[in-house]
Amino acid sequence: MTNPIPDTSRRRLLFGGTAIAAGALLTACTSNEQTPTPAQTKGADDTNPNAAAGKAVTIGFSAPAADHGWIAAITNNAKAQAGAYKDVTFKQVEAGKDAAAQRAALDTLIAEKPDVIVLLPHDGKELNAFGLKAMEAGIPVVNLDRAFPDALAYRLQIKGDNYGMGVAAGHYIGKALKAKNVASPIIGEIAGMDELELTQERSAGFKAALATYGFTVANRRAARFTADSGQKEAQNLLQALPKIDAVWNHDDDQGIGVLAAITAANRSEFFMVGGAGSKKAIEDIAADKTVLKATVTYSPSMASSAISLARLIAQGRGMSDLVELQVPKEVILASETITKENASTYLKLGF
Amino acid sequence: MSVSSEQKVEQAVPGHAPHAAPAAGGTSWWKDEAQEPLRRNLGLVGVLLALFAIGAYIRPDLYSDADWVINNIMVILTQAAAIGVITVGMTFVIIGGGIDLSVGALIALSGVWATTLATQSFGPVGMIFTAVAVGIGAGLVNGALVAYGKLVPFIATLAMLVAARGLAAQISGKQTQISTDQIINGIATTRIGGIPLLVIILLVVAGLGWVLLNRTTFGRRTVAIGGNAEAARLAGINVRGHTMLLYALSGLCCGIAAIMLTSLATSSQAAAAELYELDAIAAAIIGGTLLSGGRGTIVGSLFGVIVFSAITNLFAIANLPTEVQNMVKGAIIVVAVLLQQVRFSSVTQFARRHGLTRAKPQT
Repeated sequence: MTNPIPDTSRRRLLFGGTAIAAGALLTACTSNEQTPTPAQTKGADDTNPNAAAGKAVTIGFSAPAADHGWIAAITNNAKAQAGAYKDVTFKQVEAGKDAAAQRAALDTLIAEKPDVIVLLPHDGKELNAFGLKAMEAGIPVVNLDRAFPDALAYRLQIKGDNYGMGVAAGHYIGKALKAKNVASPIIGEIAGMDELELTQERSAGFKAALATYGFTVANRRAARFTADSGQKEAQNLLQALPKIDAVWNHDDDQGIGVLAAITAANRSEFFMVGGAGSKKAIEDIAADKTVLKATVTYSPSMASSAISLARLIAQGRGMSDLVELQVPKEVILASETITKENASTYLKLGF
Repeated sequence: MSVSSEQKVEQAVPGHAPHAAPAAGGTSWWKDEAQEPLRRNLGLVGVLLALFAIGAYIRPDLYSDADWVINNIMVILTQAAAIGVITVGMTFVIIGGGIDLSVGALIALSGVWATTLATQSFGPVGMIFTAVAVGIGAGLVNGALVAYGKLVPFIATLAMLVAARGLAAQISGKQTQISTDQIINGIATTRIGGIPLLVIILLVVAGLGWVLLNRTTFGRRTVAIGGNAEAARLAGINVRGHTMLLYALSGLCCGIAAIMLTSLATSSQAAAAELYELDAIAAAIIGGTLLSGGRGTIVGSLFGVIVFSAITNLFAIANLPTEVQNMVKGAIIVVAVLLQQVRFSSVTQFARRHGLTRAKPQT
């Protein structure tokens, strides 16, 4: 009480010192240096007539800043593919948090008059009006993966096949179980975000393909495309089904959590098929040490292809292998099945 | 002026207000206000038993197996563990008259920060230290904004929610960061005496929270500030400093939960722990914590978390879709708050109003 001042200042010094030291230590810990995942690009090689330099074009690009590996790979791929062409200037605008923010960002992009816009919309329906506006302004729009309802709103639509993904997973599981002679198998499904149309399409395809073998899904849980939600749903699924023959998990990113739950529960009586085709999943399939035996692709390489096609559209050229002089209006990627046998060829496409 | 502040001091500690119990009659335990938390917890235990009974009715094949039942209880508790820990912090913040919307985002930020390759190179101790330090640091920022920046808690922690998710996405490069540390990953699979380590962590955190809330001046001050901040300040409590500590405590809980969740999912990412803030707030509310502050129990919040976890589990076992599950959860929150209002506004508030009207002519 007599002389409180030095006391408090010493305490403050200690606290301050600790705080600064902790802060310094922490900021050092944000580094994430690792060998960068090679982006999925198709180099401008001489043998490909489309690669020959054409007129210089500016490609405007916008994709949601989602915190998901797949979307991150989309943006990386687009950037890398644009970088592979000498005649392309790549102009990216942030898509913001929702459809409204993306529309605002894109309006400024129209004002800059790029030669073509490649766009992965937050929501195809909500950004349909933007597509119409840009096309009216004479800027061709390449819609990436989330379709506009209006055919006038885009020059090219390139997307994955969600229904086909479910079909591929269903056929892999159906064939494998028939080969094992399992009479009435117990099949589990861990879906992604249930409110998305793409999740519904995947599940519909899965159901339809299983039906051709006379199989049905015994229990379906919906996670949130994140590892922690995948873990939780998988843990509950394993509780609900004490014996399982096969599981389809829609997304390899959430699959990290799903595999963690399966390992923790010591379950190995079944096999699992993944979805999307992440690098980790393909490595796991190749190593063949987990229940993950296959994955069906929904590859973000489509962003690289979208940039290549956008460049051709802007330059008024067609695809060299096709007879037509212009790029087609619609490209739908087939969902491929990655197994242990072909994992090595797909590893470079993993994200 | 002095008269009204004295009245407020009386209000500030409702659980201990001398006039409350006699005014409510004090005749039997279901009317006695002091027994309210006990009644509510018994109600929640009843809900848990009902959920169990429904499960046994739907899937008798599973529920007849004792090993399965015990294992399932452990699964429910494991899934309640991470949310339970943040709910303990949340309960403190709400009792203290605030709210913390940033807990889910702070788990993601702490988890991502703790699973960067640089942090993982320091081993499990480095990862735990990082998660906890980031949680406390962000909590202190929340607290400073609320206490010294005079921001409404809702706004300050909403800003932190957005910013923390942004920073987490920035650090992780929007990728899922896989934890390769076997000790951290092993936390989720370790069982001590048949009880998962995660559940033991939850019990320890909840136990410490209970002691802190009920047996220390810190806890009593929290209740006093939540009941009436101005009166608490006049009574000589450092309200601003205390408020800051409450948010730091919530941040600490987020750091602990981040490690638990990382261990469960063997990874972390910026989108992790989605909407955990709402789960934690809802659990605290159905556990009897008043959203306006000044009242709440750790045990009640814990039961709230377990009820939600048990519902999720039951829906999976019954193979019902998620949307139905969310509707049921919503209904439970509404029913719990309605019960709270019926009991509190009709009995307690009425009694308190009478206490006040009687007090006025005396002074």
